[in-house]
Amino acid sequence: MSGSPLIAFENVAKVYHMGDVEVHALRGVSLAVQLGEFTAIMGASGSGKSTLMNIVGLLDRPTSGAYKLEGQDVSTLSIERLAEVRNHTIGFVFQSFNLLARTSALENVELPLLYAGVGGAERRRRALRSLERVGLGSRSDHHPNQMSGGQQQRVAIARALVNEPRVILADEPTGNLDSRTSIEVMKLFQELGSGGITVVLVTHEPDIAQYASRVIHMRDGRVLSDERQEPKAAVVPPWTQGDEEDPP
Amino acid sequence: MNPLQTLRVALRALVRNKMRSFLTTLGVVIGVSAVIAMVAIGDGAKARVEATFAAMGSNMLIVIPGTSTAGGAMGGFGSMPTLTWDDLRAIQTEIPTVRAAAAQLRTNGQVLSEDQNWGTQILGTSPEYFQIRTWYPALGSLFTAGDVDTGTKVVVIGQTVSDKLFGPNANPIGQNVRIRNVPFTVVAVLEKKGQSQWGQDYDDIVVVPVTTYQQKIKGSLKNFIEGSVAVSATSAETTGRAENQIRGLLRDRHRLPLGADDDFSIRNLSEVANAQQEGTRTLTTLLAAIAAVSLLVGGIGIMNIMLVSVTERTREIGLRMAVGAKPGDIRLQFLVEALALAVTGGLIGVALGVFGAWRLATSFGWEVLYRPDVIGIAVGFSGLVGVVFGLYPAHKAARLDPITALRFE
Repeated sequence: MSGSPLIAFENVAKVYHMGDVEVHALRGVSLAVQLGEFTAIMGASGSGKSTLMNIVGLLDRPTSGAYKLEGQDVSTLSIERLAEVRNHTIGFVFQSFNLLARTSALENVELPLLYAGVGGAERRRRALRSLERVGLGSRSDHHPNQMSGGQQQRVAIARALVNEPRVILADEPTGNLDSRTSIEVMKLFQELGSGGITVVLVTHEPDIAQYASRVIHMRDGRVLSDERQEPKAAVVPPWTQGDEEDPP
Repeated sequence: MNPLQTLRVALRALVRNKMRSFLTTLGVVIGVSAVIAMVAIGDGAKARVEATFAAMGSNMLIVIPGTSTAGGAMGGFGSMPTLTWDDLRAIQTEIPTVRAAAAQLRTNGQVLSEDQNWGTQILGTSPEYFQIRTWYPALGSLFTAGDVDTGTKVVVIGQTVSDKLFGPNANPIGQNVRIRNVPFTVVAVLEKKGQSQWGQDYDDIVVVPVTTYQQKIKGSLKNFIEGSVAVSATSAETTGRAENQIRGLLRDRHRLPLGADDDFSIRNLSEVANAQQEGTRTLTTLLAAIAAVSLLVGGIGIMNIMLVSVTERTREIGLRMAVGAKPGDIRLQFLVEALALAVTGGLIGVALGVFGAWRLATSFGWEVLYRPDVIGIAVGFSGLVGVVFGLYPAHKAARLDPITALRFE
């Protein structure tokens, strides 16, 4: 561990008001995530893990406490500036992929570059490279409904990677995938970690958390445990009958 | 995002939903095509009315002598000559708003060429008449004031008379015709004027110098004009004033006491023309208003679909925000989508309106007049409709919270 952490939470709290009721989603969380770490955040629903992710991803702001991303306090940034930081620094991967329907894989991957103001030819080149990186270079013109769940999630990962972010935030990325495809995705995340990209993963499956180098358990808006571990190597089992990846 | 990229993203979104986009534009298409077609037909009708009145003469007044009373039965206007040749000279010289005035003496009679004859209207007048009616010769040259002074036996014939007596496309200049057994030389054929609004053929006429008319065709009273006086005012604006001045002048000259009826009447043809034009203008305005309402309905249709679209694409909006779209980018995207729908509808509407008006006009024999400014305004207005009705949905989209939007089912 060296230098200032990439993500630094200092006593971050988040309170939602639902009518008259105050919901304390986060009750003072302090943590630091280093560059290249592969962190899994676990916890039951309502433990505050999603809120934590939203704040890390600059989609939400803490009610109190400080959040420094790459050493910069981001709690005072404007909505426009937050969008720019998200665009350049963070890549999102969702449980339900969130690909644009009736739009080719390439164009889906191009989306963050569009908002970064990257020109047409350069955009295509970088989107294609990103698709090749997740092993889908040959399927760039496929639409989401022509692809399996695993392929769709890999397109989503290519989209998250296309603007060369420092952090990938994955919210239950394997929730809609079978076990074999899940391992493929975890393998990809492990490779990204060794390539210097910080991966933060929310999951409730202990199997999936095994592949991370650090596991944080949360309960009732607090960090319950924070342990580093030797990650399990993601080895994709050889293809067998019944492990059909493509949808029926 | 630059504007071109925004436009392409918006068009892409519309193309993804072809049927819906088409149905949404339909409202604007119908509105704009209705505006274009209605105004084209309305303007065509107006131009036709204007042309008909222009054929009658420019800024024209007609002074008709008064009534005769015989045994208590009052004759109509013109039944008794009350206008004198001195009155005519006074109208010509004393009223500044009068450009020209000419006596018109009319009768019907047979006109004979060598081998044909034709019953037509015979008009005795002075050269000013042609100026008042803005009527030019198609062949030859008109008779002059000199011909009137000397009572030359020359005749200017209308196109219909020329066709009947000499055959179509003939050149009768220099030929002789006989009217009331008197030989006249044809000096000019008038250019074709067509029919009046009431179906009277303007070209079925022969015109001779007024003095020749009195001497050879129909003898008349010495001092009185047995006919009417045609007057043209200096401009469309002065016709009303000229009418009043002529009335004052004639009442003075006829020594009519205050309160006595006029012993003549003045018809202001430009007033009739204005009334007709007013009618068509009202009709055009009414049609345009109906069309504008349908354009408004089209706009509401766009707003409706854009609101549906925002709801339906909530997750997409959330995703775009997550990957770096600013609220302004989202707002612009939806605004451009609405604008593209409206302007596409507008352009299709123009094409349809131009075609529709042309189709109606040809099948009903109407005239159409396309005005580029109306077409421009219609397209511009449909764009405005797009922006106005797109603003609220776009604003709604831009204000979405990305977290809620991404979780939206």
